Amino acid sequence: MTASVLSQALAQVFDPYVLWVIFGSALFGLFVGAVPGLTATMATALLVPVTFFMPPVPAIASIVTATAMAIFAGDIPSCFLRMPGTPASAAYTDEAYAMTKKGQGEIALGAGLVFSVIGGLFGTAVLIAAAPALAEVALKFSSFEYFWLVILGLSSAVFLAIGNPLKGVVSLLLGLLVSSVGLDNPAGHPRFTFGNAELAGGLTLIPIMIGMFAVSEILRGVAAIDKPWEMAQAKVGNVFRGMWGLVKKYPLQTLRGSVLGTAIGALPGAGADIAAWMSYAMSKKFSKEPQKFGTGHVEGIIEAGASNNSALAGAWIPALVFGIPGDSITAIVIGVLYIKGLNPGPTIFMNNAVALYAIFIVFILANLLMIPLGVAAIKSAKQMLRAPRELLLPVILLFCIVGAFAINNSVFGVLLMLAFGIVGYLMEENGFPVAPAILGMVLGAMLEENFISSMIKADGRLTAFFERPIAGSLGILTLAVLSVPLIRAFFRTRMGVPGGGAKQ
Amino acid sequence: MPGQKFGPAWFPGLIAVGLILCGGLLAARSRKDVLVAFPAWIRSPRAVAGVASVVAGLLFYVLAADWLGFYLTALAIQIVWMRILGASWRLTLPVAVLATIVIHLSFYKLLRIPLPWGIFERFAF
Repeated sequence: MTASVLSQALAQVFDPYVLWVIFGSALFGLFVGAVPGLTATMATALLVPVTFFMPPVPAIASIVTATAMAIFAGDIPSCFLRMPGTPASAAYTDEAYAMTKKGQGEIALGAGLVFSVIGGLFGTAVLIAAAPALAEVALKFSSFEYFWLVILGLSSAVFLAIGNPLKGVVSLLLGLLVSSVGLDNPAGHPRFTFGNAELAGGLTLIPIMIGMFAVSEILRGVAAIDKPWEMAQAKVGNVFRGMWGLVKKYPLQTLRGSVLGTAIGALPGAGADIAAWMSYAMSKKFSKEPQKFGTGHVEGIIEAGASNNSALAGAWIPALVFGIPGDSITAIVIGVLYIKGLNPGPTIFMNNAVALYAIFIVFILANLLMIPLGVAAIKSAKQMLRAPRELLLPVILLFCIVGAFAINNSVFGVLLMLAFGIVGYLMEENGFPVAPAILGMVLGAMLEENFISSMIKADGRLTAFFERPIAGSLGILTLAVLSVPLIRAFFRTRMGVPGGGAKQ
Repeated sequence: MPGQKFGPAWFPGLIAVGLILCGGLLAARSRKDVLVAFPAWIRSPRAVAGVASVVAGLLFYVLAADWLGFYLTALAIQIVWMRILGASWRLTLPVAVLATIVIHLSFYKLLRIPLPWGIFERFAF
């Protein structure tokens, strides 16, 4: 990175308009994160139509800021309502609520904030260091390597999903099916269009995502409208009291949470929520006092709280370098990057270096801004959580309608949003994870394209996928990853223990 | 496609085979499960009405927006949703009107999304 690129990037970020966008998005993200039923992914999907008419840097900045704030703010209702504000806080909701009940709500909220910032900054540092290095390697990649990367990404999405992997595969296949609609395939042949002009263009992803992430959540909220929110009392004074002591007491936990979170974030299909679950489990496993977990013990909150925020930045690594999303948020972001002319791929570091470093600066800025705004959010939590759902849900729904319409200026988008809202709701209620479907939709075209062009180059010889050194290694790695669960399932049935189906 | 081993039908075909395999395995594994189960909220009339009104309201928007225009359609579905979810008239009316106007102005004026005017075309601004 040269000094002139850095100074240009700084000038792009510290522009009054961009700073206002960042500030507004931060407030939006804090609110969406703090209100249960509104998620960080939903915030991203709803921001996309708004960012349409912004220049690239503020557009991306608004998403980066809003999601970082939302993942932190998700911790707030855990303490007051025993409900996670976003799925990323679900892993330690009971723990945080137990702390409030013990009169330690202030510590739980403070730890949520401080270790979110630390985790977020750690993930950002890894993103800044790893992405350009990885891009150097990726410059040598051809369609064979990309084919294996996509397969590797899709399989990790299935195996990292919580619950039954078979349902993950079904979800993935449905996503791939959606991606194959339309004319946009290597042969340019209309598929599943039924003579309909709207379908010939393929199914537009943003209305689908608004449906799956926003409408399905609204349906869930409406279905639970009769359940009152009971607010626990917590006195909140100085949330930073005792935090330095926690930083000194749990340095290893903080580091482990941040490292695991960044790694899980970078793996395709698994984001902040899975990172938090895994970090919380790991924290309990390696803790000196595991018996305290679940009774209002801050250790797990520290590790998982750092983990989910670091996962956010980690997810951008494969998204920027390969165009393979690391989580559901970056699955939406990739679409925005293409619209803004910042096509993801290893060449982004040459063609759009200034914009890219501006994004990195925004990541740092958003995580630092989280400290003052986070304190303000914690102080005003009671007001935010009193927002009447019977008014809030209809207004958000209207926002969804306009957003889905705005992508193609067609009510077909609204219909698509409704259909996938229902599909998303039914899938989640029946234990089918949504993330693999989203990944399938985003990567389907890339998978087919790289396979077909590889086959054209190799004249139909499948062994060509193993003939280049990097492609061959990636291929063997993929086959190894894929065969682990199969071998395990085989031995399990041989031993007479019933396989995966029992775990719902 | 002639002269090509992997045509446009190859990829969807592969997906179909995968779905059949997974569907079969899932069906075989879940023989003990009930065929159709209803969630607990089915017992709450307001929740059922709410979920039905969300689906119906969105369909209504798709069908009617071009004809009735954004203002009327949006206002109507907002009022129905808020009332069904249990808001009082005193809150419903101002919030619905305000939300409709703010969302219209910000998307139509600021973001230049051509939201439909429908029968109010001559009042367009």
